[in-house]
Amino acid sequence: MTDIIPILPILIPVISGIILLGVGRTNVYLHRVIASLTALLMVIVSIVIVYYVAQYGIIVTHVGNWEAPFGISLVVDMLAALLVLATSIVTFAVVVYSFQSIGPARERFFYYPMIMFMISGINGAFTTGDIFNMFVFFEVFLLASYVLITTGGTKVQLQEGFKYLLVNILSSNFFVLAVAYLYSAVGSLNMADIHNKLAAFDGDASIMSLVAVVMLFVFATKAGLFPFYFWLPGSYFAPPMPIMALFGALLTKVGVYAIARVYSLFFIDNTGFTHQMLMLLAVLTIVMGSIGAIAYSDMKKIVIYNILIAIGIIIAGISMMDEAGTIGATYYLINDIIIKAGLFLLVGFIIYRTGESDITKLGGLMKVHPVTGWMLLISAFGLAGVPPLPGFYGKLFIVTSLFDNGHVISGIIVLLSSLVVLYSILRIFISVFWGESMDFTKLKPISYDKLLFSSFLMVIIMVAFGFGADALYPLFDSAAQSLYEPSSYSGYLLGVE
Amino acid sequence: MKSTLKKLGYNRVHKQMNDVFLKYTAKVVFLVIITFSINLFFSGHYTPGGGFVGGLLAAGAIILLLLAYDLKTLRKMLRIDDKRTITLGLAISFIIPILLMFFGTPLFTHQYTYLQLPVFGEVPIHTAVIFDVGVYITVAGTTLLIITLLASEQFMAESEGADKE
Repeated sequence: MTDIIPILPILIPVISGIILLGVGRTNVYLHRVIASLTALLMVIVSIVIVYYVAQYGIIVTHVGNWEAPFGISLVVDMLAALLVLATSIVTFAVVVYSFQSIGPARERFFYYPMIMFMISGINGAFTTGDIFNMFVFFEVFLLASYVLITTGGTKVQLQEGFKYLLVNILSSNFFVLAVAYLYSAVGSLNMADIHNKLAAFDGDASIMSLVAVVMLFVFATKAGLFPFYFWLPGSYFAPPMPIMALFGALLTKVGVYAIARVYSLFFIDNTGFTHQMLMLLAVLTIVMGSIGAIAYSDMKKIVIYNILIAIGIIIAGISMMDEAGTIGATYYLINDIIIKAGLFLLVGFIIYRTGESDITKLGGLMKVHPVTGWMLLISAFGLAGVPPLPGFYGKLFIVTSLFDNGHVISGIIVLLSSLVVLYSILRIFISVFWGESMDFTKLKPISYDKLLFSSFLMVIIMVAFGFGADALYPLFDSAAQSLYEPSSYSGYLLGVE
Repeated sequence: MKSTLKKLGYNRVHKQMNDVFLKYTAKVVFLVIITFSINLFFSGHYTPGGGFVGGLLAAGAIILLLLAYDLKTLRKMLRIDDKRTITLGLAISFIIPILLMFFGTPLFTHQYTYLQLPVFGEVPIHTAVIFDVGVYITVAGTTLLIITLLASEQFMAESEGADKE
């Protein structure tokens, strides 16, 4: 059982992708059925995985039956399991959303297979226990994302896609470089093994600070941290809405996950330098994101800059590396995956319905779509952290941890950023749903039941996630444990050696 | 080639050269390269080589044909769809590891045995070979798809005025 379970999140989407390629590109309907059933299956499988990890602890499989520090291990701890679950839920919602939004022309050009390959890469990056293998899975999902960002071939997509391609190829090269540094310093690629070796090492490990800087450059570029976020608002703006939702919800979070993993496992020696640097960048990211979120009146841009704010908040929590900080960060990470997807899908619905993404040109939609309006309001509250909703608990833990460690200014910035988030989303709500009515005859006569189904599903899951926070606390505690107490993650090696 | 002909005084040069030597040699060399790629493929288990290199070489051989002839002729010679080829290769290299999981081992664990054959003597049989066949087909198909996609516009434009055999 432990051999089969951890491989499934990678294998199911790949097989589905191959079947979709085999089906050929003419039968769009069949593509939709296969893709949505796969996503549903993945949700079920990942719930089983979460249950299994909660019951029996970390599951490990050694691919190819090679022993642990030498072969590639897939290690599913609670953090990885929860991220896989969130990924599956978002995938299901986005796939269903795509039926009515992306258009058959794009669907025929291998849209669903590429989503499946990308999800497989993302799940692989979450579950692998080997740093070089993580690089490989990064490449897998990046390759698929290159296709997705340019699919359709409009001018802006090609332009931004090229930028995206260059930035990611450059940072991937540095990823290999960082892994090479790491390997020459430590002599191992298995993340748990590296942690064990570094924890037992009592000499001068200052070379690790260099590796930390290179790795931070790599993952900060992927995650969109200051000052490497420059490509993000442009590139995420280009593709159609479902792809944007998928990218915004998932791709940056893989970078965050990688930062959390390597900073908890590898850089334990000189935390005064490495983690301080991380927190400084996180706070600057929050500030830049806040400026962007207020500055624009385009709905897509507002939500994209909200990604930056969330990334900054999560990284600030991670950089503390204590219990409260990491619990807050993992909780906020999962919350943000779900609610960012929901927000993108809601905004996408408004754009598809009205054909307009500038909030100043819209107004009075409340008369036509009252439920959507209130859902948008709820998601704004959830994102900003109004108490019963999940954003609150994540930020509470993160800010507590920041204050405990004496970073008062950072804590205040995190708190102030909540106001910015609330203001920026409320601005969408007020000017789109209230105010002077726009010309309702200009509304596009599209069918939108599936668009609303997906976006409401995400908001409802987010609300349930908030109300169930108390029941879910043990899961997040054990997820955070592998970050603040990394020996619990690397412990699986002890039985082998 | 074209510039040499121009120097010699041929002012009207066909876009696609009907070069008998190139075409004939390409056919022969194609066979040699394909044979070598299969050799590389089989030597891959213990020595350098394997499905990836073999596949690249096979694609290289087909691209040689593409250079000697043109895309239309190549499509007539090899009636294969690149996308189907990639799908087939991927399917082979994923079905085999999944079937092998029924042995109760983790994914990608290979199984092997030794056969006693009358002429060859003791011959090892590996499941990894079948996986590698998938890799070979995928790599060959992908490389070919990339090259033909890059070439197709130019070739489509040129094959309009190309020699019609």
